[in-house]
Amino acid sequence: MSFWRHASRGVRSLLNRSAADRDIADEVENYFDEAARSLQSTGLSPEEARRAVRLQFGHVAGVQERVRAYGWENIADTFGADVRYGARQLYRRPAFALIATLTLALGIGASTTIFSVVNPILLQRLPYPDSGRLMIIWDGQNNRSDVTFGTYREVEARSRTFASLAAVGRPPLQPTLTTDAGGPERLEGQYVSANYFRVLGVAPALGRDFEAADDRRLAEPGVPFVALISDALWRRRFGADPAIVGRQVLFSETPVTIIGVLPRAFENVLNPSAEIWSTLRYDPALPLTGREWGHHLRMIGRLRSGVREEDAKRELDAIAHAPVAEFPRASWASLRSGFIATPLQDDLTRGVRPALLAVLCAAALLLTIACVNVTNLILARGIDRRAELTVRMAIGASRTRLVRQLLAETLLLVSVGGLIGVAVAYVVVDVVVALLPPELPRAGAIAVDGWAMTFACGLVTMISVLVGIVPALEGSRVSLRSGAGLRSTTPSSRRDVMRRTLLVAQVALALVLLVGAGLLLRSLQHLFAVPTGFEPANVLSLQVQTAGRRFRDPNATHQFFTRVVDAVRQLPGVSAAGTTNQLPLTGDEDIWGVQFESAPEAAAKENPEGYRHAVSPGYVEAMRIPLRQGRLLNALDVANAPLVAMINESFARRRLPGVDPIGHRLRIGPSPWFTVVGIVGDVRQTSLAVRPTDAVYVTNEQWTQFADGARWLVVRTTGDAAALTPAIRRAIASVDNGQPILRISTMEERVSASEAQRWFTLALFEAFGVVALILAAVGTYGLLSGSVSERVREIAVRTALGATRISVLAFVLRQGMSLTVAGIVIGLAAAVIASRFLETMLFSVSRLDAVTYVGVVVLLATTSAFACWIPARRAARLDPNVVLKAD
Amino acid sequence: MDATNTDVIQGTLDMLILKTLSLEPMHGFGIARRVEQISRGVFKVNPGSLLTALARLERAGWLDSEWRDTANSRRAKYYSLTRSGRRQLEAETDDWTRRAAAVARILKTEG
Repeated sequence: MSFWRHASRGVRSLLNRSAADRDIADEVENYFDEAARSLQSTGLSPEEARRAVRLQFGHVAGVQERVRAYGWENIADTFGADVRYGARQLYRRPAFALIATLTLALGIGASTTIFSVVNPILLQRLPYPDSGRLMIIWDGQNNRSDVTFGTYREVEARSRTFASLAAVGRPPLQPTLTTDAGGPERLEGQYVSANYFRVLGVAPALGRDFEAADDRRLAEPGVPFVALISDALWRRRFGADPAIVGRQVLFSETPVTIIGVLPRAFENVLNPSAEIWSTLRYDPALPLTGREWGHHLRMIGRLRSGVREEDAKRELDAIAHAPVAEFPRASWASLRSGFIATPLQDDLTRGVRPALLAVLCAAALLLTIACVNVTNLILARGIDRRAELTVRMAIGASRTRLVRQLLAETLLLVSVGGLIGVAVAYVVVDVVVALLPPELPRAGAIAVDGWAMTFACGLVTMISVLVGIVPALEGSRVSLRSGAGLRSTTPSSRRDVMRRTLLVAQVALALVLLVGAGLLLRSLQHLFAVPTGFEPANVLSLQVQTAGRRFRDPNATHQFFTRVVDAVRQLPGVSAAGTTNQLPLTGDEDIWGVQFESAPEAAAKENPEGYRHAVSPGYVEAMRIPLRQGRLLNALDVANAPLVAMINESFARRRLPGVDPIGHRLRIGPSPWFTVVGIVGDVRQTSLAVRPTDAVYVTNEQWTQFADGARWLVVRTTGDAAALTPAIRRAIASVDNGQPILRISTMEERVSASEAQRWFTLALFEAFGVVALILAAVGTYGLLSGSVSERVREIAVRTALGATRISVLAFVLRQGMSLTVAGIVIGLAAAVIASRFLETMLFSVSRLDAVTYVGVVVLLATTSAFACWIPARRAARLDPNVVLKAD
Repeated sequence: MDATNTDVIQGTLDMLILKTLSLEPMHGFGIARRVEQISRGVFKVNPGSLLTALARLERAGWLDSEWRDTANSRRAKYYSLTRSGRRQLEAETDDWTRRAAAVARILKTEG
């Protein structure tokens, strides 16, 4: 219990400082008395005895001081005194304190913010038990494809390395919920295999999990629809009523039994917005013409404990390349290209990892620049404080004591900066989250939390030492002789060299950041110059979800949308309108195998795929997708008419090279044959950076597999598209009031939103770059103006000896610019290397893009020149008469 | 945190204090005088080290202290050994005896 005694005694003596001090003082005095008395007994006079004791033991006060220094509370106390002294010092120099604190706050705030964003996504494990064993398995064809249900069944039965495998449907479950509590709401959900939650390692908080019996074939009679719901949905729409379990609720007018509620903390990383889950209910007989062979499942698996990733990959390879009779495969799911299996976390973060790492590096660069800047400020301040430190040393402070005190001051400075920085991070993190690409996994877990606080504290400690140690050692290097005059006229050359080196480093680092920002900016410029394949200006788009029993009749759905399009076309200001099942740049992905009746043998090997567009006549016109050949789909292409399709031009060129594509026949998945009647231009479907993807257009009426229940309405207007939103809403409501309208946005907004990740990276790089530029300018200015102040007499002598104003100006400018140039040269070399990390994020811009480098150099040089100009002009205006007489 | 001592072998001051106090409670100067007397002047104790050591031993729970009148009716801080102080003394004595014997053996064989 010695620790407690130490602690309690320490605290007691801290609380009762004077009593503790008196105690020690009395004891020491008493000791001296007794010593003197004992000497007296050998025959010395009291006076002699006291002197002898003094000679032997030193001064009473010295001994008291030494005894008093014992105990942790005294070290804490000295530290407290140092901090208080430091605070007074900073208070006396508000400009220095303010600039240094704000600089550090910027650096620490930026780093903490970015850390908060990166931590849950890249550093923390997925929020499931033993999540390191979760893998995702793709069909290897076309790089990465979703698997079919047939493939899932085969792998699940044959694999031994996975303890369990689950499948998640790509086509979303989007039921419309109408309860008494609120209006119709379209929910996001997923179709999953019955063991999905068990594979993740999550159990419902209420009710039960799916069982195999819930996942029986859809056509089987008497199997009710069941669903699990999220905690959020349960609270929002069902008032957190535990009796919801087992109750039937109408979803899209279909009775569904809610069997359970998931835990509040459950995060569904495969689709963060999902709130309802139901079972896939495929036909285990795997009919070749059914949806069981569509590539639209994601397959995740949990490795058996002790099984390594490589073992699983090897086994999957073996399964892919050794078909067995028991599991026949469809020709488009032959697994010829094998499987691609990766840890789930890596897969989820694959797209966003380069951007996040780049931004993290940028924040680290900014922090480094901030630290260099503050080190320089403290060094500069050390010159002013030489007199003070010399005095302190003269009255007996040891060098260690001075270093300790200077470090305490830095710690105070950095801590205040850190505190402001964390406060800034707290506010800014929401802004950054808003900038993040929407598809980011685990965005909900981003917060300035305990991890971020720990990170910030670590930063503060590290920076205090890094920033403090050099100036402290340098500052305490005062000798009584040099400081005796209490006013220095010759600059310490060591310190000067150090400050110049730091400034060069700062300029170089700023250049690296600016080059990064420049390259990203140029990439975005190039991207937005890319033709989208349609004309985005003055187009409003929104999704209408049909909900209700009557829409089970496909004709009712078609009629509803036809009437909506007609109603919208009547509106003043509308020049064209149409519908499609999937819209470019929205993230929609409805891809089907497209089989050409007479494909040349060269092209026949791969499995061609295309976006299936089920459109209304007028859609292509409203989007202004150009017609290249043949004719557009029109109102005559109805159910009983000959089946016709349009394809995009690069699809035609690749699949049917050298022949007239018009008149050729194709089928989409298991559909009947369509005749190609028209060729339209390529459209950027997924993003501006991704090459035009192949597409097939048919009319809704001729797509007889099913009727798309959710369709995009595209409206071209003569004026501002967004302004027409209320009128269009009213037009839709006039046809049917109960259908949810979703995702309203102009096409121009969609184009820029499609590059959210690049915007995000660019915005942060630009912000950091601008700050770095300002810090470099401030640093240059500070160094040079300090140098001018120190060399006032030298400059005055030069002027007195006949140097012209211009030559003095040039002299100072040269001094400053030579440092800038050195920084630029080093920075260029560093940028050439560092830009390699940005390469994956660039778009048709070389990482050595000359325009960027030249632009950045000019920007940095101009800013620097401006920062040098102010002190240079001050030097040139010095009056030698005044300066020299002042001494 | 430990005070260094130039006159007493490093690390033995604690043991000497404990040993001295095992006889009777004493004040600081009394301890110093006793150590010097018994060691016949081999060990000189300096007050800074001694009083710091006393504070440390008290914190460690091996000593108790109280202010009392001295023989010549002055007030002084008297230290006495606690039960765990006594145990510590035994442990340190054993340890010291073992080391001293070992050093003595080495010196003998060297000679």
